[in-house]
Amino acid sequence: MSQASTEIIRISGHTGTVPGAGLNREFQVCKLVDTTTCIGCKACEVACLEWNGYTFSETTFDNSYQTMPETAWNYWNLIKFNEHERDDGSMMLLMRKDQCMHCEEPGCLEACPADGAIVQYANGIVDFQEAHCIGCGYCVTGCPFNIPKFSPEAHKVFKCTLCNDRVSVGLEPACIKTCPTGCLHFGTKNEMKELAEARAEQLRTVSGFADAGVYDPTGVGGTHVIYVLHDAKNPELYGGLPKDPHIPYSVWLWKKPLKWLGNLAMIGGIVGLALHYLRVGPKKEEPIPPEDRGPS
Amino acid sequence: MSTTDTVRRPRTTTDFDEELIPRYTFVERVNHWFGAVTYSYCLITGLAFWTPYLFWLAAIVGGGPTARFWHPWFGLFFTVSQFFMFLHWAGDMEVDHDDRVWADNIEAYINNEDDKLPPVGRFNWGQKIYFWAMVGSTILLVLSGFVLWYVEAVPWSFHILRYVAILIHASVALVTIGLFLIHVYMSTLLEEGSFASMVYGTVTRAWAWTFHRKWYYEVTGKSRTKQ
Repeated sequence: MSQASTEIIRISGHTGTVPGAGLNREFQVCKLVDTTTCIGCKACEVACLEWNGYTFSETTFDNSYQTMPETAWNYWNLIKFNEHERDDGSMMLLMRKDQCMHCEEPGCLEACPADGAIVQYANGIVDFQEAHCIGCGYCVTGCPFNIPKFSPEAHKVFKCTLCNDRVSVGLEPACIKTCPTGCLHFGTKNEMKELAEARAEQLRTVSGFADAGVYDPTGVGGTHVIYVLHDAKNPELYGGLPKDPHIPYSVWLWKKPLKWLGNLAMIGGIVGLALHYLRVGPKKEEPIPPEDRGPS
Repeated sequence: MSTTDTVRRPRTTTDFDEELIPRYTFVERVNHWFGAVTYSYCLITGLAFWTPYLFWLAAIVGGGPTARFWHPWFGLFFTVSQFFMFLHWAGDMEVDHDDRVWADNIEAYINNEDDKLPPVGRFNWGQKIYFWAMVGSTILLVLSGFVLWYVEAVPWSFHILRYVAILIHASVALVTIGLFLIHVYMSTLLEEGSFASMVYGTVTRAWAWTFHRKWYYEVTGKSRTKQ
């Protein structure tokens, strides 16, 4: 780490403390989305488009405020709306900003066959490198959150970068920057986790949401986008947030046991055929015995 | 032990033995090689997507994105060849009683002791199984391949289809690779005259008599009395 060479831990002939010694750097970044204070203004959707250089695409109206049914290759940030009727008959408009979750164990990366097309940075950001992407779409199958989207124009797959280009120069992601209610926060994973837990506690004790909680699913090793939900027991209510997301079992079967069994079988097959040839040699035609000859 | 030490009959073939008889029509051969080329393309590109250790294979057909673009199309071309192979050969591919006896004694075939086996028609049991396995595999590969090709066309509520397709496509492809290896080995190295038969369309009488005796009787009209 280049930063490590500017960080002093011992100083010769020095009395007193060493400046900066024992400093605990936290590299892991995290986006916190507090769905309980989101007003569904979609400023984050616009900021995402503007920063990433996409134009606003046609919207799809399906009797809700939602811009389109799901994120698109050129629309990485989408607020999902759900009119939810609670047990007491009252209505709640649940709004959740949907985007890449930046999993600690990313299913897209596990499924990807192209060298260097998906990378995971030490700060937790999972980023697609379109220059290396071959457009196979395996990441689409690997993702438990339905996030990577294929561009028919580019023949490559795109998704939220967590504004890696901004984060790497010390800026917060565009969506965070623009959020007018402050329901979006950005910081280290530990800070965000603390903030989220505090907010969930407040919702439980003060606001009467007994099931309020934090969504940071362990099935994918935790995510670098976490949610505060009024009802953490039913994340599906928030535009289909999966309850227990994990890398699909079939992707695991395919990439681990099947791959190695297949490789062994292929190598074994080739070796076996070579040995067979060395052992028994070719089959040669035999002369036809007289009784099967005769004038033709 | 065995076969290599066995003293074979002296191989004195006559001019009669070496006369050529037609085995594959021009159309059958064109279609076979169309299938061979398209399968090979899918094999090379498919192996590139299969494991990072073979990703370099994509480079020899124009790179990853190009390989990804053409793989499904060549898969469809291969399916077309399979369809015509079905039309050409399905009639000769029915497994009969002799084939089952042949299969029970396949060890003799593996050890090149072909004279211990029942007489074979135009195709032997192994070829018939290869044929039907390839036809079945092609159907599975095409169906699962469409899901992988247009993976986003599968609605999220049916996304289990994606999971099933990816496993089917990979496993069935592996089965066809096994079959393909055996097919290529047997027709180029093992059975002399086979490769030439698919190139020139002809085999010698002796070849037909040795490997496909029932077919030999059929096409030459020669028949032992007991037949």
